[in-house]
Amino acid sequence: MTHLQLCLAFSSLLFAVGLTGALARSNSILVLLGLELMLNAANLNFIAFWRFGPPGGPATGVVFVLFSIAVAAAEAAVGLALIISIYRHQKNIRLPDARRLKG
Amino acid sequence: MNAVLIIIATATLVTAVMAMAGKNLLHSVLLLACSWAGVAGFFLWAGAQFVAFAQILIYIGAISMVVLFAVLLTRRSRDEAMPATASRSRKPYAVIVGAAVAAVLLAVVADWPASPSAPPPPPETVRRIGVELMGAYAPALLVVGALLTVALVGAVVLASVDRPGGSEDTQ
Amino acid sequence: MNPCPSGTQQHFLERAPVLLRDWITSFLPGSTRWLADSLIDIASILAVFGLLFAFLTLAERKVLGRVQNRPGPNRTGWMGLLQPFADGIKMLTKEDVVPRAADPVLHFLAPVALLAFSILTFAVIPFGRNLVPLDLDAGVLYFFAAGSATELAIFMAGWASHNKYALFAAMRALAQLISYELPLLLSFVPVVLATGSLSPTGIVAAQAGWRWGAVPNWLVFTPWGAAGFAIFMISALAESNRSPFDLPEAESELIAGHLTEYSGFKYALFFMAEYFGMCALSGMAVTLFLGGWHAPLPVLEIIPSYAWFAAKLLVLLAGFIWIRATLPRLRMDQLTKLAWKFLVPLALINLGTTAFWTLTHPWEGPLQLLRWGVALGLVLIPPVLLGRGLSSGLGPRRYRYA
Repeated sequence: MTHLQLCLAFSSLLFAVGLTGALARSNSILVLLGLELMLNAANLNFIAFWRFGPPGGPATGVVFVLFSIAVAAAEAAVGLALIISIYRHQKNIRLPDARRLKG
Repeated sequence: MNAVLIIIATATLVTAVMAMAGKNLLHSVLLLACSWAGVAGFFLWAGAQFVAFAQILIYIGAISMVVLFAVLLTRRSRDEAMPATASRSRKPYAVIVGAAVAAVLLAVVADWPASPSAPPPPPETVRRIGVELMGAYAPALLVVGALLTVALVGAVVLASVDRPGGSEDTQ
Repeated sequence: MNPCPSGTQQHFLERAPVLLRDWITSFLPGSTRWLADSLIDIASILAVFGLLFAFLTLAERKVLGRVQNRPGPNRTGWMGLLQPFADGIKMLTKEDVVPRAADPVLHFLAPVALLAFSILTFAVIPFGRNLVPLDLDAGVLYFFAAGSATELAIFMAGWASHNKYALFAAMRALAQLISYELPLLLSFVPVVLATGSLSPTGIVAAQAGWRWGAVPNWLVFTPWGAAGFAIFMISALAESNRSPFDLPEAESELIAGHLTEYSGFKYALFFMAEYFGMCALSGMAVTLFLGGWHAPLPVLEIIPSYAWFAAKLLVLLAGFIWIRATLPRLRMDQLTKLAWKFLVPLALINLGTTAFWTLTHPWEGPLQLLRWGVALGLVLIPPVLLGRGLSSGLGPRRYRYA
């Protein structure tokens, strides 16, 4: 198994863990954390391909990961603000309870 | 070099699984911060220093703070930091879906054409990243800046109280 | 650390630490040299900064005492010089009380993690010409990344104590740390802009030489450098929880803040982490703004570079202690208002000033006067205006006596 295959297997497993967590938990903060894990797995992929790509290639992988980290931070902030708003409305943060547009 | 990669990968995956499966919400958040540190370790192994330090700075230094504040602001009683676990019927399906996705991805990875040898790491200097950011990716940088500003203002608006005189339960 | 460059004429005292280290590692087989080098680096940093921490606590108590018209500790040893060791023995022999409802793993890990990240920040500071433990290309970013990871440990300490006052204090400490991280990072971006490098050795190398034979090229002697230095030092005061920003650990506020439930050695670890943070931030300020290990005058180059670094570091630490002795504590809302409404706009304006300065570098002759004038104006006028605007509603106190 080459290095690249190991890295890709690692990121695939991390993605699957994040996906399972996001689907299985009913606490909205944990769902958000699962999303962050999936984003991290995608970043791992980018860096793996940048590392084992052609030498002298562009730094696209690194730049893309920088943007991805920035976007993930923005998304986490907005998501948590949403969770705080939901909490104020329904007094708990269970995601299955947030099914109605009422209120 | 393989041994280091396997150690980093195992540590990251184990802490991620413990975080996603944990009963205590705060322990989950802290374990996830450890797995983010593991990802930063992978970036360092791959030679992308700038991104590794940015990952630590932003994920462990900022996003985990925001998550912890949200955890503390959304609990009803002193001890309620334990999330209600998923309803019994959903967890097996989630695990099946996760395992299926993992199987598909691993099948793709296993069929990857084996390259003869690992090429040397591309030289990554901060100067190169800076030149690329200000050159080819400058429009993207401006858009990300606008996005972050919008997200900041939006988060503040969403989390603020909009009822007049209704600030007793937030301060 | 770098190997000793062979071609340059560095005199003996400069090369002495490197020669000593090479002599020690010459007893070991060649393949483990790199490990032995790193271990010696780590051991020497811990030894030097551990002793500095010990005597800094003593110096602080003496200076605070003298400022408050009392002698400070003077009973243990001559002039109180054995006081730090007495304190150390006391801390080590105190009973370690852990509340029954506390989270044992987190309660134990918090001081350890805090100290570990504080020590990690020392790895990229260039202590001398050949004395940088780790020469990273993005070294300054590493420094701030390791520093920001300490905030998580403070939260762990507050939460694990299972004490609502500790939790409140931990959240306030977190709010303070996040608020002041922004001016801290923004104040060093102009340095990167002007020197074109994120590595501390590169930044120090860019401040070499002397202008007009006597004025060093240190960045603090430019208008934007002085403003950046001021913002950096204020933010460093807040980042290391020092007075006047020590609300999280003030005794009159919330007992001892996030440290309330810690006793004995763990308490000592927290204080060690705070002082190490102070030393590391001062070291980084010396590197970024005060020219690192460069001497102020060409004739003074005889004195080795690490001595100059130590001298500048001690001056900054003395400044920290002096400020603690003099200024009263800020309230939480005053603290955050200072960060967000005063320091962040100033740091952004400073960035613009630096851009102007760098772009007008080729100006010569009387245009230099214009360059300095505009830069000084951009540095001096905004704080005055912002300060006036922010304190507009607060007039001077009028005391009405019965």
